[in-house]
Amino acid sequence: MINEHFVAPPNWEWYILLYFFFAGLAGGAFVIGTMLRLWGSAADWVTSRIAFLISLPLLLICPILLTVDLGKPLDFWHMLFDANTGTPILKVWSPMSLGAWALLIFGFFAFVMFLVALGEGGYVRSRALSGVGRLPGSVLGAAFMVIGAILGIFVAAYTGVLLAVSNQPVWSDTWTLGGLFLASGLSGAAATIMLLSRRQREANVTEPKLMEADRYFIIIELVLIAIFLVTLGGLVTKTLGGAWILLWLVVLVGTLVPLLVEWRPRWARQVSPVLASVLVLVGVFALRAVIIFSAQA
Amino acid sequence: MAQPVGFFTDTTLCIGCKACEVACKEWNHLPNNPLEFRGSYDNTGQLDHANWRHVRFVEQPTKSPDKPIAWSMMSDVCKHCANASCLEVCPTDAIVRTEFDTVFIQQDVCNGCRDCISACPYGVIGFNTNTGTAQKCTFCYDRLQNNLKPACATACPTESIKFGPLDEMRQTAARRIDALHQQGMSEARIYGDKEYGGLHALFLLTDKPEAYALPSTESAVLPSRNNIPGYFTAAITAILAGVAGLIAFRRRGETTASPSPSGGGAPSSPSPSPGGAPSSPSPSPGGAPSSPSPLAGEGRGGG
Repeated sequence: MINEHFVAPPNWEWYILLYFFFAGLAGGAFVIGTMLRLWGSAADWVTSRIAFLISLPLLLICPILLTVDLGKPLDFWHMLFDANTGTPILKVWSPMSLGAWALLIFGFFAFVMFLVALGEGGYVRSRALSGVGRLPGSVLGAAFMVIGAILGIFVAAYTGVLLAVSNQPVWSDTWTLGGLFLASGLSGAAATIMLLSRRQREANVTEPKLMEADRYFIIIELVLIAIFLVTLGGLVTKTLGGAWILLWLVVLVGTLVPLLVEWRPRWARQVSPVLASVLVLVGVFALRAVIIFSAQA
Repeated sequence: MAQPVGFFTDTTLCIGCKACEVACKEWNHLPNNPLEFRGSYDNTGQLDHANWRHVRFVEQPTKSPDKPIAWSMMSDVCKHCANASCLEVCPTDAIVRTEFDTVFIQQDVCNGCRDCISACPYGVIGFNTNTGTAQKCTFCYDRLQNNLKPACATACPTESIKFGPLDEMRQTAARRIDALHQQGMSEARIYGDKEYGGLHALFLLTDKPEAYALPSTESAVLPSRNNIPGYFTAAITAILAGVAGLIAFRRRGETTASPSPSGGGAPSSPSPSPGGAPSSPSPSPGGAPSSPSPLAGEGRGGG
């Protein structure tokens, strides 16, 4: 049932859009890095390293965007600690509260794996780093990556749940946003990793696997987009109507074209994989933009 | 412990004089509204950070050809819900319940995340760009602490806005609705008895709630209803993505045991990956260092 509310828009705009975009990529990159490490061959470890190397920098952008979006940026710490008592504050039913902690804790995992990737790849010559670089080979390291990946999934997905846990039309009238943002975040992360690994010959062996994974992520995303639109019922015109349809077209181009290119039918072989990856990222951005902005219009 | 307080706003008595709006602005030092023609006597527009009372002019069609439009006035205000959506989502605990059972935003704690604005189903809360905080009716908390009635209820010349202990307000509302029903106003109803666990601002309406921009009883639901379905969908998606990753990334008989002499961690042998991209042995580190990789010899072997 669609509930009728009379909500004012929170005016979450560009900072939040960019945050949702980078959070999806950071979380997705960590998850892909972990999957490559756990299920791939040693040949895939170069690409896995790239995934871990980009996850942290992408994640570091997120708290900056979140902080500058606040009305009182200097009070950002109120998200984590009680302003009166200084004790930690966590409200598990508030996605924003959970997300603030998830960002912090995931940041630790992303930081460690960033160091691991630096050490393992020998990018920085340090005895300590090379020691850390051995972490993924151990059971402890695998467990560490899995926990980090679960946090990465949360960081990529909770932004959708955050929108849904409101009374805003569109956002609160569907249960799909958490999954949708996760699927598109993974797709965007796969595209980013492919773009950044193109110059690494040793990563070539993993590229077809990434393309295959991205195909699946895009299919999941498309299914969830369809369910999202269905669940909105009569409200679908609010997000599809007017100029918003143009952004949805961008989303479609950013999913269908890469899907075809990655499947490589004969006619699509002329399309550059680089272009396909860029289209994926544009689509990931447009998806979040149309969902964020159309509901508040 | 102070007792819970409440408003009872009888819309049948409201004459649209806006004395409540003025009194509220004066007492709470709220800024004036910019002069703007809205095509209506309702030149306040909506509740927000600078308007904690809003006399809504609801235009309703009538059957009379002489007066095709009738006005219903309603002095709208924060409902101070027993189960408050804003309080539920606030991540900083800036929104608290007072000793009078009202809902209050602590201005020194709020950091302006605006989550409460997206949660309030009545569109009550506004964002003050000057203070960087969310703001709404305080139920004149400072006046309550000094045993004074809220400014709006004090100023209302027709006693459309009544103030008192919540139980008393409920009884007053019940008596009034009985009287109106006996007078033949069968469409009159009380809003706020059931919604959100009971509101601290009750309204006597002469039309369905939606006509006054109030969600119906069925639509009066909390944001947290979407937590479990939202996370559940994300979890299912994560499982599907994991399966996708397992299918796409699984080892497919690649020879992986031999470490790369380049130190990149990649194997030196070409990959028979079915994806199609050849993995020619790299003569150069390709961005990876030339020093022996710590991974050397740690290959997990082909699957």
